[in-house]
Amino acid sequence: MQVEVSGSAVISLLVDNESGALARIVELFSGRGYNIQSLTVAPVDEHGHTSRVNIVTTGTQSSIRQVKTQLERLVPVSRVVNLTAEGPYVAREMALVKVVSSGEPRTEALRIAQAFRARAVDTTASSFVFELTGSTDKLDSFIELMRPLGLVEVSRTGVASICRGPQTIQNF
Amino acid sequence: MTRTTGSTTLDAQTTTTLPGAEVLLRALVEQGVEVIFGYPGGAVLPIYDALFKQNHIRHVLVRHEQAAVHAAEAYARSTGKVGVVLVTSGPGATNAVTGLLDAMMDSIPLVCLSGQVPTPLIGNDAFQEADTTGITRPVTKYNYLVRKPEDLAPAVHEAFAIARSGRPGPVLIDLPKNITVGDAPYVEAHAVTPRTTRMGSQPDRAAITRAVAAMKAGKRPLFYTGGGVINSGPQASAALRRLVELTGFPVTSTLMGLGAFPGTDQRFLGMLGMHGTYEANLAIHGCDVLIALGSRFDDRVTGRLDAFSPSSFKIHVDIDPSQINKIVHVNEGIVGDVGQIIDLMIEEWEKQPAYAHKSDLDAWWTQIESWRALDCLRFGQDKAPDAVIKPQQAIQRIYELARQTGRDTYVSTEVGQHQMWAAQFFRFDAPNRWLTSGGLGTMGYGLPAAVGAQIAHPDALVMDIAGEASTLMNIQELGTIAQYRLPVKIFIINNHYMGMVRQWQELLHGSRYSESYSDALPDFVKLAESFHATGLRVTRLDELDATIQKALEHNGPVLVDICVAEGENCFPMIPSGAAHNQMILGPEQEASSATISKEGQMLV
Ligand SMILES: Cc1ncc(C[n+]2csc(CCOP(=O)(O)OP(=O)(O)O)c2C)c(N)n1
Ligand SMILES: [Mg+2]
Repeated sequence: MQVEVSGSAVISLLVDNESGALARIVELFSGRGYNIQSLTVAPVDEHGHTSRVNIVTTGTQSSIRQVKTQLERLVPVSRVVNLTAEGPYVAREMALVKVVSSGEPRTEALRIAQAFRARAVDTTASSFVFELTGSTDKLDSFIELMRPLGLVEVSRTGVASICRGPQTIQNF
Repeated sequence: MTRTTGSTTLDAQTTTTLPGAEVLLRALVEQGVEVIFGYPGGAVLPIYDALFKQNHIRHVLVRHEQAAVHAAEAYARSTGKVGVVLVTSGPGATNAVTGLLDAMMDSIPLVCLSGQVPTPLIGNDAFQEADTTGITRPVTKYNYLVRKPEDLAPAVHEAFAIARSGRPGPVLIDLPKNITVGDAPYVEAHAVTPRTTRMGSQPDRAAITRAVAAMKAGKRPLFYTGGGVINSGPQASAALRRLVELTGFPVTSTLMGLGAFPGTDQRFLGMLGMHGTYEANLAIHGCDVLIALGSRFDDRVTGRLDAFSPSSFKIHVDIDPSQINKIVHVNEGIVGDVGQIIDLMIEEWEKQPAYAHKSDLDAWWTQIESWRALDCLRFGQDKAPDAVIKPQQAIQRIYELARQTGRDTYVSTEVGQHQMWAAQFFRFDAPNRWLTSGGLGTMGYGLPAAVGAQIAHPDALVMDIAGEASTLMNIQELGTIAQYRLPVKIFIINNHYMGMVRQWQELLHGSRYSESYSDALPDFVKLAESFHATGLRVTRLDELDATIQKALEHNGPVLVDICVAEGENCFPMIPSGAAHNQMILGPEQEASSATISKEGQMLV
């Protein structure tokens, strides 16, 4: 048997906005031993009937193909697209990063934030809360740089994603 | 949250408003429901009251909610209809969980209605409250908590569509008491667009063409058919027969697929898998084209995965796309209704150039016949009149004597050795006659399943091939059998052991029979009598046939306690983790098998 390499994939779903729909999706992952790295969900149509769920998962190509077909079986799920497999897409997340420090580390933190175009959304004499939007990698490196500069807390949204160009999740 | 079902078109003028319980029953009637298996309780009293006031739907009162689900499963599997269950909230619903999972694993269409505390009390730990939709989410295909009256009728209609569409399965509708008591609008089925319609797709004709081309190129082909053929309906079984007729290829079946192809046909190799026949397992190991029809490469079938059918081109037809490439990588996956795809395969077979490997196929058949000659199910029964009965002998004679009656026969089983022997020895001519718990292997399935089958087919011969341990798990259903005067024939193959457990302990755990002895058994004859049934017991070979005959001839319920040899093992057996060409054979076959299996290995 050939060994398959693991990678991560961004899966986007359209689901009916009903109670239990999210539980069904999450239980599918946990019940079948698939992994969820991040998950976002919010209604996206004008009546609030449909929600979009974005899941970042890791696994071999065949296990991710399995996840997709399993998700497609769920009654409230109307669309499933593996954006990573289907071509170019944009994936962004937001982080709120709290840094508590003074003196040189504090000015250094502010400088790096400027370089990353992070906004200070809360400032006190001893702390900042930075807001930063971007790719997961960008957020990761920002957080890494903040770590020695008094980083005390991180809150991240997880990924929102969409395919590039005129293509939509509806016409895959 | 906003809505719980597919879109509905409500016409304000023609909308009728009725108490929720009546809306429910009306929707059930519109869905063609004739029978409900259930058990009452506080949260469903309004539904029971509505049932009392009508004559369209018959309610069968079981003695335990698990049994209600198994009875409904057998009803569904033996009729092709959706089985319906009604249970109360809390313990009623939790008792149904095992049955729901059983139906889920074996793809049985069910709708289970459960009572729930009134919506304002949900979440307050009210009396007999359970988070039923939470508990049953992983054991159902879909479930609903009906929170608003206008969602009630659409939920029922959609539930039936979901239960029977695609890969069938159980759907639960949780019904808070204020919803069934209060008024709700009635919505007819045609006004509801179930979300199942999103999923349909046309079969891939090009894939079918490629698959048939591979079949035409096959020199050692094999059909491997499963429960999907049965679920697809009798026309799928008929199509399968035509395809086999046309191709002349051999057929093996999973446990769940038995009956889809006639068991008595020369081209049928018997069941495959862990307790499959020698010829079926060696054929699957040695074939060069494997055509899987409505089967799902279960681990009881595949054995060691990296040694499963190592040199075959694999074609997999299944209605559920998630089954394809789930366990075994296949060369050609075709998604769709298996009956329809077999029809298309037939069309394609006739269109493509004639099969050019007839002599190879003949050689393959010669090989298969040499495996079959081992007679892998043969067992050594001492023929003395007072000899101890072998369990295989009992099951074989039940089969033969039941067949002689010429009656339409339905067979349920419990779980264990007796189940595997029944699968080996019973040869079914038609689909929907074989009722067994395959995927979940639920002890306690057989007796309530016999209830469900007999309710569905009052004039048929319904038999339960049972083990003494399994039977005790739902023995209370003797009460249901008595109440409805169901003439089921229960044959307990009483080996005083949880035989299948004992067998594994003997073969894998140094014969340490830890907790597998059936101690302190009841007197089954007296037990039957106390439930107003006839009880019979047989302990000697010379009384076996007469006792079975007597049971078959009696026109009421009969329980036969067949006391059999305790230490018998079920063979052939592929120990888990072994390959198909590493079967353990019975003592009768061991000597001759060594040489034959070498031959088998040479071939592949
Ligand atoms: C509910 C449940 N519990 C436990 C098991 C494990 N199990 C499988 S077969 C078996 C023994 C069954 O004994 P019996 O009904 O006497 O049948 P036999 O194997 O002796 O024919 C057991 C305990 C099971 N399948 N189901
Ligand atoms: Mg036993």
